[in-house]
Amino acid sequence: IFSKASSSVEDIGESSSETEEDEQPVRRQEGGTDLSPEYWGIQKLAKYVKGGDPTATLIALCSMRDLNLSQEACQLAIKDTGCLEVLINLLDTEEIKCQTGSLKILKEISQNVLIRHAIADLGGLEIMVKILDSPDSDLKCLAAETIANVARFKRARKTVRQHGGIKRLVELLESISVGSSCQAKDTETARCGALALWSCSKSTKNKKAIRKAGGIPLLARWLKCSHTNILIPIVGTLQECASEPSYRLAIRTEGMIEDLVKNLSSEHEELQMHCASAIFKCAEDEETRDLVRKHEGLQPLSVLLDNSENKQLLAAVTGAIWKCAISRENVLKFQEYKTVEALVTLLTDQPEEVLINVIGALGECCQEQENRGTIRRCGGIAPMVKLLSATNRALLVNVNKAVGGCAMEPENMAVIDSLDGVRLLWSLLKNPNPDVQASAAWALCPCVENAKNSGEMVRSFVGGLELIVNLLKSKDREVLTSVCAAIANIAKDQENLAVMTDHGVVPLLSKLANTNNNKLRRHLAEAIAHCCMWGSNRVAFGEAKAVAPLARYLKAKDPLVHRATALALYQLSEDPNNCVIMHENGVVKLLLAMVGSTDDALQEAAAGCIANIRRLALATEKAKYG
Amino acid sequence: AAMSKKGLKLLVDSLTRSAKHFNKSEVECLVNLFDTLVARSSSQFAGAGFDRTVFRDTLHSAFGMTDDVVLDRVFSTFDRGNNGCITVVEWVEGLAVLLRGTLEEKMKYCFAVYDLNGDGYISREEMFQMLKNSLLIQPADEEPDEGVKDLVDLVLKKMASTYLLVLFLLQDYDHDGKLSFADFEKAVREEKLLLEVFGPCLPDIK
Repeated sequence: IFSKASSSVEDIGESSSETEEDEQPVRRQEGGTDLSPEYWGIQKLAKYVKGGDPTATLIALCSMRDLNLSQEACQLAIKDTGCLEVLINLLDTEEIKCQTGSLKILKEISQNVLIRHAIADLGGLEIMVKILDSPDSDLKCLAAETIANVARFKRARKTVRQHGGIKRLVELLESISVGSSCQAKDTETARCGALALWSCSKSTKNKKAIRKAGGIPLLARWLKCSHTNILIPIVGTLQECASEPSYRLAIRTEGMIEDLVKNLSSEHEELQMHCASAIFKCAEDEETRDLVRKHEGLQPLSVLLDNSENKQLLAAVTGAIWKCAISRENVLKFQEYKTVEALVTLLTDQPEEVLINVIGALGECCQEQENRGTIRRCGGIAPMVKLLSATNRALLVNVNKAVGGCAMEPENMAVIDSLDGVRLLWSLLKNPNPDVQASAAWALCPCVENAKNSGEMVRSFVGGLELIVNLLKSKDREVLTSVCAAIANIAKDQENLAVMTDHGVVPLLSKLANTNNNKLRRHLAEAIAHCCMWGSNRVAFGEAKAVAPLARYLKAKDPLVHRATALALYQLSEDPNNCVIMHENGVVKLLLAMVGSTDDALQEAAAGCIANIRRLALATEKAKYG
Repeated sequence: AAMSKKGLKLLVDSLTRSAKHFNKSEVECLVNLFDTLVARSSSQFAGAGFDRTVFRDTLHSAFGMTDDVVLDRVFSTFDRGNNGCITVVEWVEGLAVLLRGTLEEKMKYCFAVYDLNGDGYISREEMFQMLKNSLLIQPADEEPDEGVKDLVDLVLKKMASTYLLVLFLLQDYDHDGKLSFADFEKAVREEKLLLEVFGPCLPDIK
């Protein structure tokens, strides 16, 4: 029924965080040309509303509510008879009873997508926003609930904001006393306000407007309430807004993590789901991950994995676990709760949105060696390798990371290899998406390092070496970095290094040398270091002008860069011409400082390089003066 | 007739208890207002109260109530003694319901207003009477009263339906169609908007 959204230019800036497609009102084909019986009934009632005084109007409105307003035929009849305009006009009067009667109907029928678009077209939203100023709280509640229904599409949400609706809705959250004694009437007003805000918050600009109107402390206050019916829209709004860093900061600093964790143990699955979603989004930040652990939120999350029926809940929970697992202390906690075992069982027969998170979580858990073994013992490697054939980009990125994590254990590597996992990873280097390429290359590093007969294995991939060397032409920096790391590993095998040299690895690496990015510098230097050990590559690197840029790396502040660069320079310094260039670029002084380093590899490489340069200098002296 | 200070105090105390919704100073104000109204009224009641005309004028200017039929009925509900004169007790207690009555008190009040002949039922004819001027625009090709009759049917269908159903089950189906207080109460509890279904008889919040 709903065709693909075709948002106008102004709408795009409106809500960049929206992942849902905006709805389009499309009318179902109706059979027959006769007007439905509902049509005549409603037309008659509309006549009394139009032509009657408030007393007659009320009678007609109350009778209208007895018709089956949730039925589409009825809803469309209200629109087609022109009754919808009449209802909206009633809203514009000062007659509270008529406004109430009209809103009761509009609230019901605005569940229909055609109706709510029509309401917006007829200017109904502006009037409803004005009604939010009314002293009658029942009327305000009805207006807010109706706005909540109508604001399910972008243009409506924009209209609400443009007419000052966000500010008024936030005001509905203000009540005199919140705490254990939430007064029923205050709760109802706040609940309706929260429902409307939840709908409206799907637009990015509205998220900002809510914050500017002082909505966050109010949301925080209501979060402490214990009534589920208001908690759901409050948490719903918070998790919707948590895509904004400013909200994540506030959620953290206003102590809301504690409340979110508390409500993970609610009996209501919908509430649990929204809490988990909020945590999922907020756990991007390290401090939040720590807070979740401190408030003992990791266990309830793990327990919720047992509920695999409710897929939406499962997706939210696995997402929260994934992001929380980025912190090592959390991974250790999850081990106590046997979370890894539970996650492995979810590797099969789950919808994609769940799988992405499960794999993401397992990937993070591989930080801990014990978990890598656990995954294998639970039979988790086979389903993981199977997922390497998936097409979903986000899923592939996570799978690559997880497989790479597992591959750090030689025992796991044997399983991966037997399932043809490395070849599957290698073919992902052909995937058009750079994130997939990069994650595949990263994963190949431990594979090449830990596989038995690694060199042979790599050679068995037809065209594989040419493929990976050519990725050095990519424009994506993460791809370049990961490929350098992989090449550094592959080059440890002489035969493969020879093949890569034939494919032009030396000039391609050299071209990348002029970079300021430390992560790339490090892996590039490592690759160069290892690629030196074949034929005349050292000389070739010098001719390709790779040496001088490398010298500059020594000025970086990153010790890992120093070590990799020193290794590369040491290898390069076996060639006299390179020594000259290094000397000219002040390498000796920089390396001298590193000779005293506590890093053994750095120390040796620095010393070795200096020695080579000195030896050449002495020989040159001798040659000059006989 | 002028009242002694002690007598006034006793009156105010007693009324505060019986009216339930006003405090002492509010009752005092109302009693003072009462005295002004009595002074304005004809002397036929020898100062014991004021008459229908003064009552209607007061309600009109204070609450903007204009419907004659309704005003008459309101007077009758206030005038429990049924002697055409509103005493101070009837005045204060009546206003207590009008301004601050609970839902139960208001339901009883409205029903009494709408029950034109006071027989405990709102009949079809009575409904017609009250609604006959509610349709301002009548389509030219219809009989003028068709619309009003239709409205009456709508009300009965909405509010008396269970009543009719119960009677039918009890083999006592009365085709007359009328609303008992029980019907009225049930319907209003379900839908508060129906409290003043036959016309406004309570003051507006404004």
